[in-house]
Amino acid sequence: MTEDSRAVEISNVANVTMHGGAHAWRRRRESVIYALLVLLSLIPILTTFGIIYVLFSQAFAFFMEVPIMEFLMGTKWSPLLIPRSFGVLPLLVGTLLVTVAGMFIAVPVGLGSAIFLSEYASPRARRWLKPLIEILAGIPTVVYGYLALLFITPIIRSIFPQANAFNALSAAIAVGIMIVPMIASLSEDALAAVPSSLREAAYALGANKYEVITKVVVPTASSGIAASFVLGISRAIGETMIVTLAAGATPNLTLNPLESIQTVTAFIVQISLGETPWGSLAYKTIFATGALLFVLTMLMNLLAVRITKSKGRF
Amino acid sequence: MNANLSAGQSSTRKVKDRLFQALCIGAIIFSLGALAGLLLDVVISGLPSLSWHFFTNFASRFPEKAGIKAAIYGTLWMMSLTASFCIPIGIATAIYLEEYAGDSRLARIIKLNIANLAGVPSIVYGFLGLAIFVRMLQFDRSVLSGALTMALLVMPIVIVSAQEAIRAVPLSLREGSYALGATRWQTTRRVVLPAAVSGIATGVILALSRAIGETAPLIMIGALTFIAFVPDGPMAPFTALPIQIFNWISRPQAGFHDIAAAAVLVLLLFIFIMNAAASILRHRYDRRWQD
Repeated sequence: MTEDSRAVEISNVANVTMHGGAHAWRRRRESVIYALLVLLSLIPILTTFGIIYVLFSQAFAFFMEVPIMEFLMGTKWSPLLIPRSFGVLPLLVGTLLVTVAGMFIAVPVGLGSAIFLSEYASPRARRWLKPLIEILAGIPTVVYGYLALLFITPIIRSIFPQANAFNALSAAIAVGIMIVPMIASLSEDALAAVPSSLREAAYALGANKYEVITKVVVPTASSGIAASFVLGISRAIGETMIVTLAAGATPNLTLNPLESIQTVTAFIVQISLGETPWGSLAYKTIFATGALLFVLTMLMNLLAVRITKSKGRF
Repeated sequence: MNANLSAGQSSTRKVKDRLFQALCIGAIIFSLGALAGLLLDVVISGLPSLSWHFFTNFASRFPEKAGIKAAIYGTLWMMSLTASFCIPIGIATAIYLEEYAGDSRLARIIKLNIANLAGVPSIVYGFLGLAIFVRMLQFDRSVLSGALTMALLVMPIVIVSAQEAIRAVPLSLREGSYALGATRWQTTRRVVLPAAVSGIATGVILALSRAIGETAPLIMIGALTFIAFVPDGPMAPFTALPIQIFNWISRPQAGFHDIAAAAVLVLLLFIFIMNAAASILRHRYDRRWQD
């Protein structure tokens, strides 16, 4: 604001020598540009409201036809075949199965990589390794889907011959690998933010590197590390192409990772690939599942923000 | 007794220390091994199919005749439209937030929205594209619908990186401009933006390299998987590289899997070139204000 008034003042001084017409024109142009900038800046807000409106208006129409409790508590998902059934639990359990199993890979590998980069790697090694991890982060998810179906699944089936051609485990492994760079880079930021004076104090007390890392550095960075895990979970829940390609299209209520399942996102893709007439129940169904997906990931994102804020940083 | 105990303790401490280091090294090797394994597999399966015909043929029922002409054109069309939407809007928002808004309430709300949008799964943008662009505005399953959806999807990346680039321009440059009698917009246009341009360009390239591989929102808005023509304008139906890859992977015949790998190679090549360009630009821009 002060800068603003100063600029106006300065331009007023400058305009003493200018004739009035140019001055007025300049002023008008400034306010037109300002209005334009504000208008364009509203687009992110409109996008958010657009997403919420689109998802929840159609979801509301869906719940006019299907009771919300049947949707949330039902254990059979068969929205297209008669007799229809709209229990979303099989999809939700499918999503959770892939997410939890994926995190079993992403958490140790991601955190281990972060600790290596922040605590063990020489500056030179870090300069080489970080861009490689970034490349891993930039690979499109459909390519990870290729990896899951055509590389990981054959390996799984050679170890467990009873595994289905589409199975949750293969998708979970690929989802885990996909999330590793995210957890690694966010956790590394948190670890690097720990002041070196804390490490030095621990060394001075006779601790070795393992003790310094596990008893001082990681606990100090714990809120940032935890936030990276939660954001990883959010990514895994919303992940679509890997699970569509590798996990199958059978909404099974199972916790066996070798079976074919269907996740919330994979169901949305399955319906989108066919013709879905506007306003049909199938169309409303994908919006209801989309709203569920949106709520789940938003909760995770809010949780991550809360965790980051809960502990002061250094 | 005591000496023995402490000797034993110190050797287990040493073992733990070594073991932990080995585990961390193992983790990073696993990450890089996954990258290497993926690239190796894609190159081995895909390289033999990369012929000239692969780029000049349309999709086909026979894998040996199928090509990615329509997909390449569709992707190029979509990327240029996406860029022309998200660059002006993204930069305008960043300028407003950094140069005009200060800490106003509206600015805080916009920032909160941008942070939240960055965490929304890409498939959710597909719903927005389907309901607003395809149905409500009746752009149908066109390149335009795809590009608008993609532009909204990558908008947070463009805005945040443009904000960082603008913030990195030293205040003294702006003050110098004001001292010469320039208005706020003149200062922004002739001093701040030119100084921030390489940082902004880095963000735009990274945003486009994200958009080029996104598949789920395109499936939702109904980009077609089998197209035997090249889009002739923004309203034409289209296919894109990731959609074509998805379609070929999900077929049972092994012949299609090999050409899927070839198409993955082409897509990754696009992405690597964009990332390399971004990192070269970023390097230049990091050094800019150090002298």
